[in-house]
Amino acid sequence: MSIVKNFDLYAPRLIDKVERLAAGHTACAGCGEALAARLVMKGLGGDAIVSCATGCLEITTSRYPTTAWEVPWIHVAFENAAAVASGVEAGIKALRRKGRIPDRDIKSVSMAGDGGTADIGLQALSGVMERGHDMFHVCFDNEAYMNTGIQRSSQTPFGAWSTTSPPGAVSFGQRTWKKNIPEIMVAHNVSYVATACPSYPLDLIRKVEKARKVEGPAYIHCLAVCPTGWRMDSSLTIKMGRLALETGIFSLYEVENGKYRITVDMPNPLRPVQDYLKLQGRFRHLTPDRIEEMQARVNLEIKKLMNKVDKLPSWPDLTE
Amino acid sequence: MAAVTWQEISQGNIVLTPGSTKGYHTGGWRSLRPVWDNSKCIKCGICYVYCPEGCVSQDEDGYFMADLDYCKGCGICAHECWPGAIEMVEEG
Amino acid sequence: MAKRKRIGMEVALAAAEAVGMCNVDVAAVYPITPQSHIAEHLSDLVADGKTDTEYVTVESEHSSMSVCIGASATGARAYTATCSQGLMLMHELLPIASAMRLPIVMSVANRPVNAPLNILSDHSDIMPQRDSGWIVIFSENGQEVIDLTLMAYRIAEDKDVMLPVIIGIDGFILTHMVEPMEFPDQKEVDAFLPPYRPYATLHPDKPLTMGAFAMPDFFPQMMKAKDMALLNSKKTILRVWDEWEKRFGRRYRPVETYRTEGAEVLLVTMGSMSETAELAVDELKDKGVSAGLVKIRLWRPFPSDELKAAVKGARVLAVMDRAVSPGMRGAPVFTDVKAALYSEDSRPIIVNYVMGLGGVDVTVGDFVKMGEKAAKAKKEEYEFYGVMG
Repeated sequence: MSIVKNFDLYAPRLIDKVERLAAGHTACAGCGEALAARLVMKGLGGDAIVSCATGCLEITTSRYPTTAWEVPWIHVAFENAAAVASGVEAGIKALRRKGRIPDRDIKSVSMAGDGGTADIGLQALSGVMERGHDMFHVCFDNEAYMNTGIQRSSQTPFGAWSTTSPPGAVSFGQRTWKKNIPEIMVAHNVSYVATACPSYPLDLIRKVEKARKVEGPAYIHCLAVCPTGWRMDSSLTIKMGRLALETGIFSLYEVENGKYRITVDMPNPLRPVQDYLKLQGRFRHLTPDRIEEMQARVNLEIKKLMNKVDKLPSWPDLTE
Repeated sequence: MAAVTWQEISQGNIVLTPGSTKGYHTGGWRSLRPVWDNSKCIKCGICYVYCPEGCVSQDEDGYFMADLDYCKGCGICAHECWPGAIEMVEEG
Repeated sequence: MAKRKRIGMEVALAAAEAVGMCNVDVAAVYPITPQSHIAEHLSDLVADGKTDTEYVTVESEHSSMSVCIGASATGARAYTATCSQGLMLMHELLPIASAMRLPIVMSVANRPVNAPLNILSDHSDIMPQRDSGWIVIFSENGQEVIDLTLMAYRIAEDKDVMLPVIIGIDGFILTHMVEPMEFPDQKEVDAFLPPYRPYATLHPDKPLTMGAFAMPDFFPQMMKAKDMALLNSKKTILRVWDEWEKRFGRRYRPVETYRTEGAEVLLVTMGSMSETAELAVDELKDKGVSAGLVKIRLWRPFPSDELKAAVKGARVLAVMDRAVSPGMRGAPVFTDVKAALYSEDSRPIIVNYVMGLGGVDVTVGDFVKMGEKAAKAKKEEYEFYGVMG
């Protein structure tokens, strides 16, 4: 429950002014991912090393001989951002222990899109989280393989158009529902798992700061509104993130040692999903039947989430 | 970009200058640009927070403006501005 | 030279012991037969505190190379080992490691690639990595495995090199053989192998970007730089081998010869088969066949000059390949040897024997037969030795 209604109004005093993602990057106008990355860097600080997967963020920020990154940054391939970050973590750990670099805390972070996290990148992510490295992974979920031309991913919403799940005479678009990566991370015994959205910047930054402090693995799943791929006006990026929350399509929560907690309240009742869908061209083809199906599923997913919030105790509580 | 010899490429193709994208002025992309009406501005800073380029800055009096070298004219700041102090104006 | 104690040990374990002496910072090794004993023994050394190494138990070979790349980029000395399907899984990352000039060392326990699955020994896993930009050195016996592994970081991390290195160790034939070998002591290795001081690392005190993408305005230059780096690395390799000889008395050369003076027919081998071929050369000579042996040790950068010098005057070369390059009518070593000799004024007849695939045991008698056959060759031949039909 937000106590101070205009809490967000004092933003300049509450956010680190240092920009660690320089302008001049070639992200689309209004890119939610670029904004999310910029805000993540405000929570992360400079004592970090970022390992990035191939994707929109990587391509728009690292065209030789320039880079938008003001922190040490490495890109290797598409599916191994998390694995590379775990190598960075192991390297820094060994170098500190052997006295070859100053014994100062440097956080290793991997960043990838939904492809590099949930699909081609899932194995590396799973391995890293299981091994318990002191690092966290941020997924910038723009809900398709945007960089290669808006092809579907396992995070593409049900019913959405994409270039590989186009609606047509015998198809209505994406046929599957989002794979629940935060839940998969909780199943890996990750002690801090959170969802985030740049439309709620203070929530996002706080979660990044929290993930940074975890001595072990952490995971943040960040909604990255994509005006280009979602077929919407570039000025609506922030509004769309808010609507995602207000309709229940994307919830903002964190899971600390198994305890689920909503961090930004949803309105009660939720707004109808139609309010969100009608503003995006990727949903333009949907029939009322299909939208009803989506509404029912969103209601179910919210119930599933609230069930976890209400019923699951934290792991330490379970051991008593 | 000027042609370089292979010997001039840094070893391992490393980019040694952080933030060097600043040399590329994405301001040339836009067709609309944000204009602040300071009489309406409440100095909340939300335009600064929400700019994907991070090119909105605050002056000594606390008012905000976009760095037109980088502003892509996405319109987020104008859309999100609480008191409606920002207007997107056509370039040209 | 001081007489050292020789101990009998499985070569794979010796390889791990050698790695353990190199002050490796991060090791990410995924097990695969016949490399697993290296992975396991290195694990033991780490568990007993005999080497201060972060051992990352990765979930696949792709991740083991990813971890090595990430670690090496921070300035840590990184190691991995694999072969066959594991090496094929890492394939995507090998050109990345070399282009990023990361001096990772990898032991490859040469094993066939699927299909069909075969866990024994041949060179079909290393051949697809030919263009990866890595330095590739083959070992012939257990002592060489120790020596070459100990020299690997010294070569890789040299500021004039800064390239990753593969040491080829024939699967089972070498990895699982118990051989008498000697180790230098730790003090000697420390004196020989300086600490890793890279030119640039990932560290917040000096932020930089690695792995930027490149457009045509820079890409071709980057590829030339990569090629030149590998070609120029030979100077350092020779220098390090010279130093090893001075310190430990054992001599390594990009191409080594055995009884080639005046020989008409030269067997050309690579890897563990070279030792067997030596015995065959003795037998061939006893039988009156004018034979000699040329052993390729340095596979990449390919030692064209040394090869030309070694085969001068020979009438026939019998190139032994432990891998196939389907569709070429010539296996990889054969085609590279032929290419290297093409511009020579006088060229030998080159015959290609593809042999030892899938772990087939190639005996002294087999080499003698191939040598006798080659001695009679009138033109280029391409044959799968021992395959009926």
